[in-house]
Amino acid sequence: MEERGLAQRLHVDIPLLLGILILCAIGLVVLYSAGNQNIELVYRQGLKLGIAIVVMLLIAQVPPAELARWSVGLYLFGIILLVAVLFYGDIGKGAQRWLDLKVFRFQPSELMKVSVPMLIAYYLADKSLPPGIIRILLVGILILVPGFLIAKQPDLGTALLVCAAGFSVLFIAGISWRLLMSLGILATATAPLLWYFMHDYQKRRVLTFLNPENDPLGAGYHTIQAKIAIGSGGFYGKGWLNGTQSHLEFLPERSTDFIFAVLCEEFGMLGVLLLLSVYLFIIVRCLYIAVHAQHTFGRLLASGLTLTFFVYIFVNMGMVTGQLPVVGVPLPLISHGGTSMVTLLAGFGMLMAIHTHRRFMSF
Amino acid sequence: MAKEFNLKDNEHESQLIAGRVYFAGVIILLLSLMIIGRVFYLTVIEHDHFTTLATSNRVKIAPIPPIRGLIYSRDGVVLAENKPSFSLEFVPEKVKNVDATIKELKEIIEINDDDIARFKKSLKKQRRFESIPLRFNLNEEEVALFSVNRHRFAGVDVVAGLNRYYPFADKMVHAIGYVARIDEDDIKGLDESNYLGTTHIGKLGIEKSYESTLHGEVGYQQVEVNAQGRVIRVLERSAPYPGENLHLTIDVSLQKVALSALEKRRGAIVAIDPRNGDVLTFVSSPGYDPNKFVNGIDTKSYKALLASTDKPLINRVTQGKYPPGSTIKPMMGLLGLDAGVRNFTHESWCPGWFSLKGHSHRYRDWKKEGHGHTDLHKAVTQSCDVYFYILAYELGIDRIYEGMSRFGFGKRTGIDIGGEATGLMPSRAWKREALGQAWFPGETLILGIGQGYSLTTPMQLAKATTILANRGKVVTPRLVRSTSDAITNDATMLPVKTEEPLQIHNEQYWDYMIQSMRDVVHGQGGTAWRSGLNAPYEFAGKTGTAQVIGIAQDKEYEEEEIAEEFQDHALFIAFAPVEKPEIALAIIVENGGGGSKTAAPIARKMLDHFMLERNLLGSKE
Repeated sequence: MEERGLAQRLHVDIPLLLGILILCAIGLVVLYSAGNQNIELVYRQGLKLGIAIVVMLLIAQVPPAELARWSVGLYLFGIILLVAVLFYGDIGKGAQRWLDLKVFRFQPSELMKVSVPMLIAYYLADKSLPPGIIRILLVGILILVPGFLIAKQPDLGTALLVCAAGFSVLFIAGISWRLLMSLGILATATAPLLWYFMHDYQKRRVLTFLNPENDPLGAGYHTIQAKIAIGSGGFYGKGWLNGTQSHLEFLPERSTDFIFAVLCEEFGMLGVLLLLSVYLFIIVRCLYIAVHAQHTFGRLLASGLTLTFFVYIFVNMGMVTGQLPVVGVPLPLISHGGTSMVTLLAGFGMLMAIHTHRRFMSF
Repeated sequence: MAKEFNLKDNEHESQLIAGRVYFAGVIILLLSLMIIGRVFYLTVIEHDHFTTLATSNRVKIAPIPPIRGLIYSRDGVVLAENKPSFSLEFVPEKVKNVDATIKELKEIIEINDDDIARFKKSLKKQRRFESIPLRFNLNEEEVALFSVNRHRFAGVDVVAGLNRYYPFADKMVHAIGYVARIDEDDIKGLDESNYLGTTHIGKLGIEKSYESTLHGEVGYQQVEVNAQGRVIRVLERSAPYPGENLHLTIDVSLQKVALSALEKRRGAIVAIDPRNGDVLTFVSSPGYDPNKFVNGIDTKSYKALLASTDKPLINRVTQGKYPPGSTIKPMMGLLGLDAGVRNFTHESWCPGWFSLKGHSHRYRDWKKEGHGHTDLHKAVTQSCDVYFYILAYELGIDRIYEGMSRFGFGKRTGIDIGGEATGLMPSRAWKREALGQAWFPGETLILGIGQGYSLTTPMQLAKATTILANRGKVVTPRLVRSTSDAITNDATMLPVKTEEPLQIHNEQYWDYMIQSMRDVVHGQGGTAWRSGLNAPYEFAGKTGTAQVIGIAQDKEYEEEEIAEEFQDHALFIAFAPVEKPEIALAIIVENGGGGSKTAAPIARKMLDHFMLERNLLGSKE
């Protein structure tokens, strides 16, 4: 039922690649404005994007069976690095998340965003689905250990995404609704306990989210200014490079986590609809790949990665529009930043691999 | 394991996963709709609200202070001007750690402890979002150094502005006063919005009393600012209207003559044009440099000024209180004539002293051997004390009080600067109230020669002299003649203020007394004859010598034996020309000794300049 041409042989999924390229283009256009028309910044981001796309295409060449075999090693490697970071990590913005590898700085937590769903998918695909309670508990541990290590850095945003990636796979694997409900209740019940373990700044963020106007010049500043940027943009936006909130530096972190506000201010509701359409197009394509994968590992991994991708989008937009607390989650493929982009596109590479290696699968 | 693997139902699993994926797809759709809904709410429904917020976020209304009016002398010399200057200013709200920032700034710009102390003081007083200066008068090098390093100091900026400058410094300070940095007390009672951008306000003298004229109308500009409060661009501008220029009555050339004649002694010199009340000379010596006060004087210098025994901060012209001494004798004589207790021919016998009946206390005449038979003319020209003891005694305190009050003693002159002292013209009522005692006749006697309780400011004495020169016409002295619009140059003359005239029963009394005063200078035996020698014009005058300490009955006043600070004050009043006076003078030299010796020669120098040099130049007036 599929096209079998050059793309197939190069292990490239054309619709997915197209969606990603459109997204990257949008990202660069918005970044140019958000970065105060600093073309250097755009060039650097373009270079990183290029590297990330190369990584994606390389990973697409790897047969899924091979990926499955790597998953355990990758996971363990990631855990070791996370522990190392706790002891030897560089401190950036008050958190230890970087590992200086001399050549480049690297966030091991990013690795976990891919290796956790890989390992869970590999583990669950091994047995018949839906998984039994013992396996679910084990999966829970496999998710929570890196999640805890990352939260300890502290990087609540990434910890959340890593856990989301793991649980997405678990959900797709058919964990029973009843168990899901009980987990939900349990999570609600342990929330106060979580509060106890939170850093002051994390507590403040949550409090600020609940009432941003309380501290307009301190912690609530991000949310208030972002809302002003979005709201003043209107349906059609103020036009590219015309966002006053962004250009007059009222909007903090406008080229990274809050870039969505810049997009809203300059392109308005229309721009948001366009962006979401591209996102949903990619997601639909990914879910199509997931459903049509020929083996359980591929299905689980593809859908897990896709759901994580959406969690990214939802958490970032929710945070910028003031519906969720401010956690450091970038807007995928739009926000400025290298590491997260490489992980994301690596994930898409796996999706392409799952889709294009189906004929030669031996599992 | 292998068995389990075989048992795997691939078809079932595929359906299970597909079901979950479809479910997830629905959730994704719902959450996307939620985001869209939220964005719709913010961008469409609440659009106006957030647009307002965004606008108020970026658009600030910034006041533009008007340029303060200049002050010119009568002869067109600039007395107060605005000089461009740069200051280093802080917005406390924008600076996270003030102390650390100051420490860092110190590395590139010299900031001394006084600057920091003054800054800390204003930090407490001023609002957080207002710019507070740390250093004034940066030189070009410092401005450049800061500009290069500006990125290191958020909330700190070099602000270009105009600095008030007084080129005559201490020579004019008591008339002009000065401006200094505004504080919250100054704003009270003013139109606050008009002072939004203003940093300095008149604190003293003309700068204070003509504040509203000099200040001008504030302008506004709508500026776009970034979150750091730095101005990005100007959107709209309404220009301020500069304050009006003032044209003073003071004649700088005459002021200079007076100052040089005073030779840096302590004292006061006032010259008034009796026709319109124009104050031509306003000298209070010593002065101080008002430029130091403009941006806040350092504590050490201020303490030094306060502690100085010369008391430079006191405005001697309007606040210095001196016994008028013999300078009031012409007024006393007029009161005697007008009350009918004296006539032109009446003579008193002066043996060199006078005693009240039944008292042994001898009220001495300055001339030990006495003046002999003395009529009013001789009493004035030779300044016979005994004549005036007797006259005062016969007039009585009530008539003296009433009459001298009409000459303006004990009342503010109404000059157009604030802080004027009332002086003191004693009365029975005053003594009862102030001292709780009855009036003693002996106190009336010494009032007759301007001693005792009576205290006058040099300005009061000068005004009284104009009343004599004007034969009863009373004009309020003034320092500002006209104002002019800084843009159109349209001048507005200020009206001359006249008061209720001093009426006397017989016009001849004026002639008589003015003649007597002329003879003080030009007549035989006149006390100021030396000062009138070879004058190509005629002037009238009266010397005075005011005792600072009482001399015991059995002691002589020996100038050489008395410390300078206890020596007599020298006084002199004068006007010229005698017939149609154009200038009236009052001169007081503190501890200067005799009026004829120290004060009258100053008058001569000033009158020479006024009558001979200046009148040629200013004849068109």
